[in-house]
Amino acid sequence: MIAALSEEDLERHFEHTLEKDQRIEPRDWVPDGYRKTMIRQIAQHAHSEIIGMQPEGNWITRAPSLRRKAILLAKVQDEAGHGLYLYSATETLGADRTDLTERLITGRQKYSSIFNYPTLTFADVGVIGWLVDGAAICNQVPLCRSSYGPYARAMIRICKEESFHQRQGFELLMTMMKGTAAQRDMVREAVNRWWWPSLMMFGPPDADSPNTAQSMAWKVKRHTNDELRQRFVDMSVPQAEVLGVTLPDPDLRWNADRGHYDFGELDWDEFKQVVSGNGPCNAERVEHRRKAHEDGEWVREAAAVHAARQKERQR
Amino acid sequence: MAFDNAFEALTDASDDSRWAFGTGFEDPLSGVDTSVPSGVDGSALAAYCLMLGDDALIFSHRLQQWCTNAPELEDEVAIANIGLDLLGQARLLFARAGKADGSGRSEDDFAFLRVEHEFRNVRLAELERGDFGQLIAVLLVFSTWRLALFSRLVDSEDAVLAAIAAKGIKELTYHRDYAARWAVRLGDGTEYSHERMQAGLGSAWPYVEELFAQHDVERRLGVPVPREEFDEVLSQVLEAATLTTPEVPPRAAVAGRTGRDGVHTEAMGFLLAELQSVARAYPGATW
Amino acid sequence: MNDWTLYEVFVRGKRGLNHVHVGSLRAADDEMALHNARDLYTRRNEGVSIWVVRAADITASSPDEKDPFFAPSGDKVYRHPTFYDIPDNVPHM
Repeated sequence: MIAALSEEDLERHFEHTLEKDQRIEPRDWVPDGYRKTMIRQIAQHAHSEIIGMQPEGNWITRAPSLRRKAILLAKVQDEAGHGLYLYSATETLGADRTDLTERLITGRQKYSSIFNYPTLTFADVGVIGWLVDGAAICNQVPLCRSSYGPYARAMIRICKEESFHQRQGFELLMTMMKGTAAQRDMVREAVNRWWWPSLMMFGPPDADSPNTAQSMAWKVKRHTNDELRQRFVDMSVPQAEVLGVTLPDPDLRWNADRGHYDFGELDWDEFKQVVSGNGPCNAERVEHRRKAHEDGEWVREAAAVHAARQKERQR
Repeated sequence: MAFDNAFEALTDASDDSRWAFGTGFEDPLSGVDTSVPSGVDGSALAAYCLMLGDDALIFSHRLQQWCTNAPELEDEVAIANIGLDLLGQARLLFARAGKADGSGRSEDDFAFLRVEHEFRNVRLAELERGDFGQLIAVLLVFSTWRLALFSRLVDSEDAVLAAIAAKGIKELTYHRDYAARWAVRLGDGTEYSHERMQAGLGSAWPYVEELFAQHDVERRLGVPVPREEFDEVLSQVLEAATLTTPEVPPRAAVAGRTGRDGVHTEAMGFLLAELQSVARAYPGATW
Repeated sequence: MNDWTLYEVFVRGKRGLNHVHVGSLRAADDEMALHNARDLYTRRNEGVSIWVVRAADITASSPDEKDPFFAPSGDKVYRHPTFYDIPDNVPHM
C-alpha cells in the first residue's frame, strides 16, 4: 500500500531529484508549473521544427545541383523527424499532438520567430545552416542536460543531426564564396539579412525575460538568453572571417577586458513585431501549416476508419 | 556532450550516410568498372539510362513538391524518403549515361542544361501534383511498373546498370508497399476517401499504356516488358482496396511520339522552369 | 474518431544490444506504425530490428518500486490525463 503523501512531501522529493541532478521521468510527480513550462517549451520547439521546414523547403525544387537538392531534402526531412521526436516528448507529459497542432494553427502557441523571415535566394539555405542552425545548436546543446528525461534524450538525437545541418550550410557558403562574383554577392546579401534575426533567436535580454529564473531553478534552462547570445557571437565572428564575409554590425569588436566580442544593440522593436505576429511571413507560415493539416483531414480519417473496420473483421 | 549509451548505438558517429541518403558521395560510380561491355550498344545504353534517370528525377520533383504539404508528419518523412531514393537513382543513372555515351556529361549537365524535348521521361512522372489520392495512385502505378522492370534489369548485360537496378529494388519494394497500403486504406476507408482514390486512379490510368510501349532503344537493348506482373499486382491491390480498374482510353501520342520521344504534357515546361531556374541564372557557378 | 493510436517504439541498433525505447509515434494500424518507425527512428537503416507496441497496452510500475513519489494517475505509461492551458501571451522560445 502506498501511504498518502502531502503535496509538500512530493514537492520536496521533486526538488531533491533536481538537486541530485537526476532526470525527471514521465510518471514522476511534478508541480503543475513544471509540467506547464515543459509542455510549453517542448511544444514551441516542436512547432519551430515543423514551421522551419517551410523557409528551406521553399528551395528544394530549385536547388541548383542534384547533390545540394538531396542534402536539402534530407535536411528538411530531418526537421519533420525532429518535430515528431519532440511532439512525442510532450505526449509523455500528457499533451496531445492533435491538440498542440490545433494551438499552432490557431496562433495560440508560438514557434521560433526566425522562421517568419523569408528565404529569398539559394544562399539563404547556406546561411540558415550556418547561422540559424548554429544559433539553435547553442540553444540546444545545454538542453541535452534538461532535467526532463524524454526531452533531454530527444535533444541528444536532434543535436547530433543539427551539427550535420550546420556543417552542410557552412560548406555550401564556402563553395559559393569560391565561385563567381555573383555567388559571393549572393552570400553577403544573405548574411546581411540573417545576422540580426539570428541574434534575436536567443530571446529578449535577460532583464526582460521573466521566466528565466524559474526555468534555471528547474534545470529546464541552463544558461540565460544573453549568455547564449554572447557565446554565439564569439563563435560566429571567427567563422565569418574564414568565410570572408563581414557581419553587418559596425560595433562588433573584440573586448580584451571581457574576453568577448562587443556587439551592437538589437532592433527590439522589430523583434516585438515579429513575435506578436506581424513579421514578414507569420501569416503565410501559419496559414500554410493550417491548410496542409486541414487538407489531410480526410486522409487521416480514412486510415482510422479502415483500421477500425479491420479490427472489427478480425473479431 | 555526454551521450546515453543506448543512443550512441543508434547514432553511430561513423554512420554519416544515415543522415542523408545519396548525399555522401561526389561520383557515384567511382571505383566501379564503367567500361561498356563488348556487345552492348553504348549509345542505346546511354539513351536508356537517361530515360530511367529522367523518370526518377521528374517524379522525385513532384514528390519534393509535397514537402510541408503531407497529411501527417509521418507521411512527410515517408514521402521525402521516396523522393530521396528516386533522386539517388537518377544520379546513378545519369552518371552511367555520361560514361556510356562517351560525352563525360555530369549529372548536373543532364538535369539542368537540357531543354524539354531532350527529357525522355514517361508522361506519368510529370503529372501535376494533385491530392493525396492522386499521389498514391501515381506512386502505386509508377513503383509497381518500375519494380517489375528493375527486377529484370538485374540481369542486364551491363554490370553497372545491373548494380543500379539491384540497389533500386530494395527501395522500390518499399515505395510500392507504402503506396499499396495507402491505396487499401483510402479505398476501404470512408466514402469520400474511396471516391478520391478512385479519381486518382482515373487520372493516372490514361498514361499506363505508355509505360509498356516498347521504344526502339529498349528493343535494341532487349529490355523486357513486364506488363503481366504489373497487371497482377495492380489487380490484387485494387481488389483489396475495393477499387476498380478505370476503364479509360489511353492518352494519345503526338504523331506517334510520347514522353520517351521527348514529347511531353504542358505541365513539363513549368516543372523544368522551376527545376532549372537557379542553375541557369548563374552560368559557370559551382554549388 | 480520426485520432491515430499512440505507439511506443523500441529499436535494436545493432546485433548484441537490447531493444531500447527510442520514442513514440502515431499510426492508424500496426503496419503503419512499423513503417513509420522505420522511417523516423532508423531512417531505414537495414539490419536494425524494431518493435512497436501500443502505448495503451503497456503496464508499468512506478519508476522505483519502493518509491511512492510517482504521479497517482494509474499505470498507463507515458500518458497523463490533464492538459494544462498555455496562456496566449507566452513569449517566443
